Amino acid sequence: MNLTQLQRKLIAVARANPPDDRVPYAFERRLLARLTGLPPADQWTVWARMLWRAAAPCLGVMILVSAFAIATGGWRGSEAPLGESLETAVYAVLADPGE
Amino acid sequence: MERSDAELVAAVRGGDTASFEDLVRRYQPHVFATARRYARREEEVEDIVQEVFIKAFQKLDSFRGEAPFEHWLMRLAVRICYDFLRRHRRNRESRFSDLSDPEKDWLDRFVAEPASAPEDADAARALVNRLLTFLSPKARLIITLLEIEERSVKEIAALTGWSVPLVKVRAFRARAEMRKYLQQLKREQYL
Repeated sequence: MNLTQLQRKLIAVARANPPDDRVPYAFERRLLARLTGLPPADQWTVWARMLWRAAAPCLGVMILVSAFAIATGGWRGSEAPLGESLETAVYAVLADPGE
Repeated sequence: MERSDAELVAAVRGGDTASFEDLVRRYQPHVFATARRYARREEEVEDIVQEVFIKAFQKLDSFRGEAPFEHWLMRLAVRICYDFLRRHRRNRESRFSDLSDPEKDWLDRFVAEPASAPEDADAARALVNRLLTFLSPKARLIITLLEIEERSVKEIAALTGWSVPLVKVRAFRARAEMRKYLQQLKREQYL
């Protein structure tokens, strides 16, 4: 069996038999009835849909940044214990009020 | 006197929803024929056409009138058909072992004498449809537009929103995919 010839023949069959373009009875009427029955586009719905769409890329960026921070060791922060760091931060202004 | 597409579009934009019915009536045969290339069941075809016109109505403000309305509508139709193919991806494990007797007879006739196998036979049409359902959505879309509808690469790029080089690459892959399934047919039927 010559496959190239068969491929050409099958394409010729498809070309020789174009699909039917008949339209079901009163299709346009039903469509218009549906269109007029559609609720008007609510801006909050559009906004919510956009937020949902943005969620996936944001999650992706977050994962990438976290992976980068873990890989470079940036997530560990300062070497000092948390209590000590907090104390330094809170009393920073009081320690040298002249500055 | 019949109103032009531009006049009808302007009327719909101005709030005259009834004018959209004239646009639908004008282009629905073309959209139905396009949808029937990708969907077999009439309910599916009707759903696709409905979606095309509803989207067209909702996005009418984005139609700038630089190209004819028909081109804009057909672009929308092709993209919705492609989405339909992606949503309804058939079982890729399909085999040619369940060919009907008329399909087998048509193939036997083709093998014996290729020119004698008729192009208008129901069996040949069934075989083509079977082959197309095996293809991936991308391959099916490209084969339909490029080989069956004989559109140019540039036209396909405009219809699908893909770049010209991407259409060429996908056309090459689609032909290879089709050939793979024909080889499978040969293996299952004649080896």
